[in-house]
Amino acid sequence: MILVVAEQQRGKLHRASWEAVAAAQELAGNDSIEAIMLGASLTAAAAELGNAAIAAVHTIESPLLDPYTPDAFTEALHAAIVQLGPVHVILPHTYRTRDFAPKLAARMDRALITDCIGIKRGDAPTFLRPVFQGKIVAEVSAQGDRPHFVSVQIGAFRADDAKRGSVPAQVKSMSVPLDSASIRQKAEEPFQEAKQAVDLSQAERIVAVGRGIKAQEHISLVEKLAAALGAQLAASRPICDSGWLPMERQVGSSGQTVAPKLYVALGISGAIQHVVGMKGARTIVAVNKDADAPIFEIADYGIVGDLFEIVPAIIAELEKK
Amino acid sequence: MKIAVCIKQVPTREWQPRIDDARRGVREQDASFEMNEPDAYALEEALRLREKHGGEVVVCTAGPARASQVLREALARGADRGVHVEDERLSSISTDSFVVAGALADAMRDEQFDLVLTGLQSDDQGAAQTGVILAERLGLPHATIVMDVQVQEPAVRVKRELEGGWFQWVEMNLPALLTIQSGINQLRYATLKGIMAAKKKEIRKVVPASLPAARAAVTGLDVPRKTKETQVISGSPAEAAKALIAKLRDQARVIE
Repeated sequence: MILVVAEQQRGKLHRASWEAVAAAQELAGNDSIEAIMLGASLTAAAAELGNAAIAAVHTIESPLLDPYTPDAFTEALHAAIVQLGPVHVILPHTYRTRDFAPKLAARMDRALITDCIGIKRGDAPTFLRPVFQGKIVAEVSAQGDRPHFVSVQIGAFRADDAKRGSVPAQVKSMSVPLDSASIRQKAEEPFQEAKQAVDLSQAERIVAVGRGIKAQEHISLVEKLAAALGAQLAASRPICDSGWLPMERQVGSSGQTVAPKLYVALGISGAIQHVVGMKGARTIVAVNKDADAPIFEIADYGIVGDLFEIVPAIIAELEKK
Repeated sequence: MKIAVCIKQVPTREWQPRIDDARRGVREQDASFEMNEPDAYALEEALRLREKHGGEVVVCTAGPARASQVLREALARGADRGVHVEDERLSSISTDSFVVAGALADAMRDEQFDLVLTGLQSDDQGAAQTGVILAERLGLPHATIVMDVQVQEPAVRVKRELEGGWFQWVEMNLPALLTIQSGINQLRYATLKGIMAAKKKEIRKVVPASLPAARAAVTGLDVPRKTKETQVISGSPAEAAKALIAKLRDQARVIE
């Protein structure tokens, strides 16, 4: 059995959970797939995930699991995994997974392969993961006893590809011993620093801007295009470092990882630190005056030209409708 | 307060790695090395905490002989002494986080640090595991992707970065381990005086009798494959815009 550790926040299923299901389905072959979810109140999120073609959704509900702490999650998942006996445990490579999964794997002394972008199936499957800032892809096999833990990069597997079941999966409530004395972190409620903070990972369309925009006063042009497309505005790191857009709009290895239906990259060269955050987009449009810019290697549609001429033309075209 | 900072020596970001003939490793001969950038922020945070609360900053690394260079650099920036877990096998690309964290834990355990800091991940392998495994091996509570550290003994209060512009304050008792996010502070660089002073500072060399078992093995390396066929749209700006919007509506179906 392959166990997917689904993630939810404030009762809402994290989109990357579907991507983890898609990865598990790709790995599974004849193995069955089950999912597990931890938190305080999981009914809605568990029902939503139950639409996937999986055998069961296990839930562990406890006030000790909300707000999240790595100690409580490690203890609960350790007990659950021992009970369920999976061969592989698949997790989305979210910030939360990064916080508890190495601890869980270390406690169980089992392999953990993080940030995977591909799976080669077989008796001993191997996993592909980027190394050296994405310049090389390593094929890695897990060593030692099972289960083996695998986290999958956001956007590397498509939520849309996760097969839905003909009947809803059974939701099974699990109880595991949880000792409040062993939870050493005291976590406060999450908060947003800026009032208009956006979760770009949930955006359907994104217009992103890079160094090619040249000056802060030109940002309004890009905002106009985003509005016309019904898109969220994003940027590469240099734009946020300069303070032209807030850090929360940064896409890339040090910012957010996104997987929208449409990603329009304006004046972005396509450095790997940016690309790792957006290459999961279904359709990528690149506008850049440099025809050799690496962004064109991953773009579906490319326009080589001056964004200060192209962008107004696109806005005009959209307004024609 | 006795603070440890774990630092990894990694190839420079500009280096273009070339895969060796066996396709299991990269040719390191043409690489130059530097301090892993997130670890540099962890070091800076440790130096600031020492300035505020007093104590000692001990920099630790696990790596081959060449890795002592990043310890010297850290000492030049102001760390008090170093611990070098030295083993040539710790340089290989297939050295996984379990091996590095286990080797560090064995060398650090007896020091009884109050606080252990490290970067959130390395620039070369990027597994984002070593710090958290080290916490488990040392029996310490931890927090990751930390953007603010406030020591209020006997506890430490930290601001964790979550996804999508969310943050969270977490408190735990010392001793504890934190993985630090890049950009938490402004880095300082070594002064000439610091470089001179570093020469007299101690680096304790630890040669492990054996290394912990690896939990992952690299079975092959490759360059990333181009997965997409790019349609280049030409013409005047107006023509290109018109063609693009038509394709996005009718072909990709991502706009209405």
